[in-house]
Amino acid sequence: MNQALNFFGVYTLFRKEILRFSKVWLQTIGAPIVTSLLYLLVFGHVLEDRVQVFEGVSYTAFLIPGLMMMSVIQNAFANSSSSLIQSKVTGNIVFILLTPLSHLEMYLAFVAAAVMRGLLVGAGVCVVAVVFIDLPIAHPFLVLVFALAGSAVLGSLGVIAGIWADKFDQLAGFQNFVIMPLSFLSGVFYSIKSLPGFWQQLSHFNPFFYMIDGFRYGFFGVSDVSPWTSLAVVLIVWLALALATLAMLARGYKLRS
Amino acid sequence: MTDLSAITVRGIHKSFRNLHALKGVDLDIRRGEFFGLLGPNGAGKSTLINIIAGLARADRGSVSVLGHDVADQYREARRCLGIVPQEIVFDPFFNVREVLRLQAGYFGLGRGADDWIDELLSGLGLADKAGSNMRSLSGGMKRRVLVAQALVHKPEVVVLDEPTAGVDVELRQSLWAFVRRLHAQGRTIVLTTHYLEEAESLCDRIAILNHGELVALDTKQGLLDKGVGKTMTVCVTLATPMTRLPEDLQPMLKEHKDNRLLFQIDRSRHSIVQVFDSLRRCGAEILDLETEAADLEDVFIELTTRSR
Repeated sequence: MNQALNFFGVYTLFRKEILRFSKVWLQTIGAPIVTSLLYLLVFGHVLEDRVQVFEGVSYTAFLIPGLMMMSVIQNAFANSSSSLIQSKVTGNIVFILLTPLSHLEMYLAFVAAAVMRGLLVGAGVCVVAVVFIDLPIAHPFLVLVFALAGSAVLGSLGVIAGIWADKFDQLAGFQNFVIMPLSFLSGVFYSIKSLPGFWQQLSHFNPFFYMIDGFRYGFFGVSDVSPWTSLAVVLIVWLALALATLAMLARGYKLRS
Repeated sequence: MTDLSAITVRGIHKSFRNLHALKGVDLDIRRGEFFGLLGPNGAGKSTLINIIAGLARADRGSVSVLGHDVADQYREARRCLGIVPQEIVFDPFFNVREVLRLQAGYFGLGRGADDWIDELLSGLGLADKAGSNMRSLSGGMKRRVLVAQALVHKPEVVVLDEPTAGVDVELRQSLWAFVRRLHAQGRTIVLTTHYLEEAESLCDRIAILNHGELVALDTKQGLLDKGVGKTMTVCVTLATPMTRLPEDLQPMLKEHKDNRLLFQIDRSRHSIVQVFDSLRRCGAEILDLETEAADLEDVFIELTTRSR
């Protein structure tokens, strides 16, 4: 807009979003960590001796980054989407709409908080997992970059879904029919190279695949596609979603009648 | 004009699907005024308030707050504006003080707002609830928090959308005392209400909206004067029942029951004295005479039913 960014306003909305999920941390941080660890325990136990995806990397080790990224993705999405739909349904979204915050500022705050929750859950999974298993980190910087970019993509998608949905079940539909399949079919539990040709091709259209593949590269230094390709794809998807979200917010779609 | 104007509304049209909610509304609310916006349900009051607040967008026309266009200069406009929404809404995650600090923060205000927040809390009788979660408050208390939230950034123009709907008498009194104080401090107050006596006792000027159009805009006295001309009623009790009413009084007669006569007088054409004289001329002895001046309710009913 014609004025400098209202930094304190953005920070306040960000802080509000952080407080919102941290007041119910058991449900928003604790539960997803436990879920991921259950996956790790079950799949790791069953498949450890049967599957090896990368040379010299145990299946359980292979699984950890995938599960981390999956929890980052799902929680980043859950944060912005559930916050927005709750505010819309209860009506307290007006408190934000009445303020001088611009659409860019709202976007930044919601996405930053979503990133924060995604990273916290991801880090939680990591911390607990490395207690049980040795996990190399070949490129820590890339690990961080993919976690940030991936959660920003899902945070944006969460803003879109939260604004679009009028009811909780519509949001649940979005989560169950879009986010869950895309994250499960992105190579969390396998390398897409193990898939039949058609499914392998199809996986290349799934942006979540690049998030997980690039993220995994950060740990092992090996991946299905080049990490730079993955990074480019993820950043382009983010840019596209950010522009779409900003356009929705600027138009006041479903927020300002 | 602009420097005197708190809110300027120019040619506002707004439609929702097949409902033409506002049909070209023009309105100037002056700075420092206590302004009432009245109208029956569905008249377009809330739509107009929402457009002023930036919660809705006009199809045509413009609105500015203290000279700032609510669409093009929304940041400046919203800094000048405090809106108390009609519905009781709250964020169940926070306590009262947290809610107010966050709200101040959105406007870029940090700890500097704390003193003012304390002032608001005590002014609205919320001081002992500062640490209570929003969920645990009664409806009336939540309403007070809404008022405090609208004021955290010290807006010059305060809009209260039906603030006393469903509020008990005690809270209503204390709320109005508080709002009067805000007005005395120089703020512009805009009020929508269903309770006409509230508008009558508080507002300097009143606009009446009906079917999306402004049907009246005047000072309270101006409206009442108009109303008196239309609706003044006179009830005459005679010593003996009257069989034949004088010719000139017949058009004014509303009710005739035994020795009681009820007249409705258009004061721009007739006077009570005329009624009195006519009756006496035909030998009637008047025992009692009651007059009832119009109140805002009559004006309101008159204006909002006329266009139906």
